[in-house]
Amino acid sequence: MLRTWRQRITIADVVVWIIGLSIAFVVVYGSIKTIEVGKYNTRVWIDLTITGLALGGVYALIALGYTIVYGVLKMINFAHSEIFMSGPFTAVFLALALYKNGFWNSHPYISLLLVTLLAVTVSSTLAVLLERIAYRPLRTAPRLVPLITAIGASFFLQYAFRGFFGSGLQAYPELGFLKGTWTFGSIPVYKTQVVVIISALIMMLILYGFVQLTKMGKAMRAVSEDKEVAGLMGIDVDRIIMLTFALGGASAGLGGILYILLFPVVHFFMGFIPGLKAFTAAVLGGIGNVPGAFLGAMILGILEAVGPSLFLDGMGIAAPYQLKDAIAFIILVFILIIRPSGILGERITQTKA
Amino acid sequence: MPMLEVENIHSYYGNIHALKGVSLTVEKGEIVTLIGGNGAGKTTTLRSISGILKPLEGTVRFEGEDLAPFKPHKLVAKGISMVPEGRGIFSRLTVAENLDMGAYVRSDKAEIKVDLERVFTLLPRLKERRSQVAGTLSGGEQQMLATGRALMARPRLLLMDEPSMGLAPVLVESIFEKIVEINQEGMTILLVEQNALMALSIAHRGYVMQTGEIVLHDKASNLQTNKMVQKAYLGME
Repeated sequence: MLRTWRQRITIADVVVWIIGLSIAFVVVYGSIKTIEVGKYNTRVWIDLTITGLALGGVYALIALGYTIVYGVLKMINFAHSEIFMSGPFTAVFLALALYKNGFWNSHPYISLLLVTLLAVTVSSTLAVLLERIAYRPLRTAPRLVPLITAIGASFFLQYAFRGFFGSGLQAYPELGFLKGTWTFGSIPVYKTQVVVIISALIMMLILYGFVQLTKMGKAMRAVSEDKEVAGLMGIDVDRIIMLTFALGGASAGLGGILYILLFPVVHFFMGFIPGLKAFTAAVLGGIGNVPGAFLGAMILGILEAVGPSLFLDGMGIAAPYQLKDAIAFIILVFILIIRPSGILGERITQTKA
Repeated sequence: MPMLEVENIHSYYGNIHALKGVSLTVEKGEIVTLIGGNGAGKTTTLRSISGILKPLEGTVRFEGEDLAPFKPHKLVAKGISMVPEGRGIFSRLTVAENLDMGAYVRSDKAEIKVDLERVFTLLPRLKERRSQVAGTLSGGEQQMLATGRALMARPRLLLMDEPSMGLAPVLVESIFEKIVEINQEGMTILLVEQNALMALSIAHRGYVMQTGEIVLHDKASNLQTNKMVQKAYLGME
């Protein structure tokens, strides 16, 4: 017999919906208040949105690694934030060396290119090594085991970097040609932000094209659906998994360089928060889905940049920007209440023919 | 020399002794069927041939070459293609992409195109649906896709695992017609089936499996009239 709607609703549902509704209330009420008060003009909102897009671009490049690795292995590579950190952290030494002998200032473009190449190579290599050493032997283990290993690998890498390079901050030297702003229409935008947004966008398009159109990309998608059958088609599954890690690592390394264009210091713990945010973005967009990761990252970036001022300022909360992470994650909870599989995610359970 | 020669293989799932000395041969140009009830070891035999499950004893030889040292993904290049149990199509890829994956190990673009046209002539429904996501196909179409995908590797031996599974009788018939057609074009086929009636009607020879062993081997026409087979698998008294 069908149960009535009263019987179908559990206490948990009610609690979840109350949380959801109160978040929605704060968002709507706060926004209206803020706009009524009118403390900020349009310029400020545009600035905040662009800041959000730039942050989102960095998150997107990191999130890609989480999402494609999840796609093929159904595991969350929690060491990915350290893969992200390793690129810019290693490249800073090259940057400083170049700065010392004057090359950095005389050839800034080539210097940036060299630093980027090094960061991408290091991150990518580290990701591949990690897969080979830590994850491949556990391929057939229960799913919790590689997850714990990933967390262990994350700590290992953090403290290995700390051990080798110390726990202090290292600053990148300034790049002269990225100082200041460009003006679009009448709006001045930081050059670094423009570069970050455009590079992230191009990179995501290239990666999406790779996954959708190339033979390797199709093989990656085939492996993510069914490893055994992919093997029967002649696809070398181990190689494709390696390629996936290499690609995710490279993308994280590039994300690292874009990150230091925005915040030019490195630190052994610098991967943790962006990594967590990128993971969140991947889940928000629908984990396993490449365009989803991009979308989720952009939404998270904008929420983080615009959200505090928009939702909280009008209600008289002081220094709302301190609450940016809280807001970003609360909104995440809200979206996942409505769509547990993420914005572009498919249903988790799949019926097989 | 037979094209495929399976000699006394023993395979295990953990402690379970699933194949207890299975031997069979497939000659070039034949359809050979392996019939038997649920859990008789038919699929296990195919998995052991394709190397997904490595037999602990015995040998599998293809065109005279021992297959033991090769990983499963190497077999396609050797000329063995498989239509896996439950079809195993990539449901999130399009029909065309699935077919591409069938030709994954090949790099002769012009010839791949020729084979694609051949597959489309043989299985016209796939052409109509080439840009559709494979998961949206009907069961019969998915079986056609799995078959077409296997043919895209241009194999010399086709292993088919229960192509009739879960299909309406009329669809089963059309699938089996296609199998005969593929065979007449020169393909050697090892067909694992629970639907013994259909399988024996198109095969040249048949093997009957029971609990991990081959219990009978004969021409398909003889098996059709064999009392034991009739009783156990053809539902005749």
